[in-house]
Amino acid sequence: MLLQQLINGLTLGGVYAIIAIGYTMVYGILELINFAHGEIYMLGAYLAIIFLGLFTAMGLTAASIPIALILTAILTIIFCSAYGFTIEKVAYKPLRNAPRLSPLISAIGVSIFLQNYVMLTQGATDKVFPHRFGEAGFQFMDVNVTYLQALIILVSGLLMFFLHLFIHKTRMGKAMRATAQDKTMAALVGINVDNIISATFIIGAGLAAVAGIMVASYYGLVNYFIGYIAGIKAFTAAVLGGIGNIPGAMLGGIILGLVESTGSAYISSEYKDAYAFIILIIILLIKPSGILGKTTEEKV
Amino acid sequence: MRQGSRAIQQLKQFKLLLITLLRYCSIALFTALLFLPFKGLNAAGIMFICILALLSVVSLLKKTKIIDAIKTIRIPEIKRFQRFFIPVFLISSAALPFILKDYYIDVLIMSGIYILLALGLNIIVGFTGLLNLGFAAFYAIGAYTYAIANTKIGLGFWASLPISASFAAIAGLLLAIPALRLRGDYLAIVTLGFGEIVRLILNNWDSLTNGPNGITGIARPLIMGFSLAQLEYYYYLIFVFVILAVVVIKRVESSRIGRAWIAIKENEIAASSMGINTTKYKLYAFTFGTFWAGIAGILFSAKMQFVSPESFTFMESILILSMIILGGIGNTYGAIIGAFILVILPEVLREVQLYRMLILGIGLVLLMIFRPQGILGGVKGVHFRS
Repeated sequence: MLLQQLINGLTLGGVYAIIAIGYTMVYGILELINFAHGEIYMLGAYLAIIFLGLFTAMGLTAASIPIALILTAILTIIFCSAYGFTIEKVAYKPLRNAPRLSPLISAIGVSIFLQNYVMLTQGATDKVFPHRFGEAGFQFMDVNVTYLQALIILVSGLLMFFLHLFIHKTRMGKAMRATAQDKTMAALVGINVDNIISATFIIGAGLAAVAGIMVASYYGLVNYFIGYIAGIKAFTAAVLGGIGNIPGAMLGGIILGLVESTGSAYISSEYKDAYAFIILIIILLIKPSGILGKTTEEKV
Repeated sequence: MRQGSRAIQQLKQFKLLLITLLRYCSIALFTALLFLPFKGLNAAGIMFICILALLSVVSLLKKTKIIDAIKTIRIPEIKRFQRFFIPVFLISSAALPFILKDYYIDVLIMSGIYILLALGLNIIVGFTGLLNLGFAAFYAIGAYTYAIANTKIGLGFWASLPISASFAAIAGLLLAIPALRLRGDYLAIVTLGFGEIVRLILNNWDSLTNGPNGITGIARPLIMGFSLAQLEYYYYLIFVFVILAVVVIKRVESSRIGRAWIAIKENEIAASSMGINTTKYKLYAFTFGTFWAGIAGILFSAKMQFVSPESFTFMESILILSMIILGGIGNTYGAIIGAFILVILPEVLREVQLYRMLILGIGLVLLMIFRPQGILGGVKGVHFRS
């Protein structure tokens, strides 16, 4: 029973972790809580349903399910990355030098817009994922793990691993780290800060798209407001691990997923959404910089 | 020779125009494509034309400096017209119920409640610079305190008023004591989390709050045995509270406490090195701000005679925040104007009701880009620091 909950929690935590990475990367560079990030995840879930529905109508799903799924994933990621890129250019870039509150409000505006746009075009009712994966799976230490769960855990693990490599081993990743430390200095040593910020948004949105696809296929149902609550939880995960810190976001996401699934199994499932905030408040009181975060002194 | 150079220049200008047009077309095409999967080809086509038109209009406006004007124009300080403006405002507001239909009075009552909320939040966000994204929670505490006290114990409005207000204020204090150790965005997220927790408790503690169904049959206030059931009377009650709030908040704003708040917002480190106990004054701000949310809450539940968790969502907190940002952050009159506009606007836009949240979203982004200081502009020379 406990192990089963741990597996469920790990699945959920993987998804939270991937969304949290997007938050933490943007926060690391722009010090902005990107409220629209949760909506990109929601858009990803919707796009997956739309594209897979399209492929089903075209008869591709009947021919080969894996190809249809992979194509859906690729298209969804491309579109979501484009959304992330566009949102940054439209809503955040003009506010680069504005007081901190302005981009935050702008982000909330984008979030409200996207939610309502999806509600108006796709309807307020639940959307069903066109393909059921079923309960087929394998036994792992007396626990039933579905293939989909295994896939989600695997994909999120791999994504985190590759992201880590990207950040630490490539030129672009190095430029990103430099920009996160000090934008002005990064610009002085010849880094194109605008491009780095765009790249951050594109990567974050692409990851959110993957999370959206995974959740849509895991639960089979999506709604236009899933982005808000998932976004808040992912942000909580990012803060939990230490905001601006990518491994911290991964750790925070997984902790959150585990706490949520064990908490709703053993304490009460009605307060499922409250656990995230309770942990957040406790963590912030004990160690405001998060588990892996560094404490920074406020400068004059 | 001269003619030749003019021709070249014209050619250059034409080329420039063509390039700009091409650029706009590609931007519009890109953006229109983003809308493609959700609404199909027709909508994408319409979006393409809309965005192209928008880009051209904006580039034309840039030439005429209208945008600069929007950004920098100052609405004259109300202070200068205070002597004239305030009596006119008071008399006309007092006379309104005689000439308006019930529906409009109802809208005015709601805007009065939101004005109280905006004034309260303005103390926390506008004066002191502490971002609070869970303000609806305190509103909910005020509303539910009266709802429960009235339906379970039979407590009246006037007896509940201090209880509601102080419960909200105590909740604000209890949240602020631990949360104020955090900086800026962390505080925002903790208040947001608090808002969600309160909403979840209201939703799930069935024995006390009746869960998602809410509490019905809440009594209207009585004055000497006389029930304020008619809308006009209730309007005057709200009116009195709004006037009271404005007077009290204005007085506090210009007192030692208010100046300390603004100093904290301007520069916390400088303020504390000038001997201001920043934690103490932040606690004052939180308690005082949430106090007004409690009063707005009790007025709301007495007006509606019904409360449910639906009324106290995150969107509600955002709406109140939008009000003070629209009016001009840190500006008491701005908070009033912002609250008034954002309550009236949905009523005016009732025809396009479905789209009003969409419009609010776009509006917030545009407001931040073109006039971040709000309609009245914030307190002079003050920047928000988180």
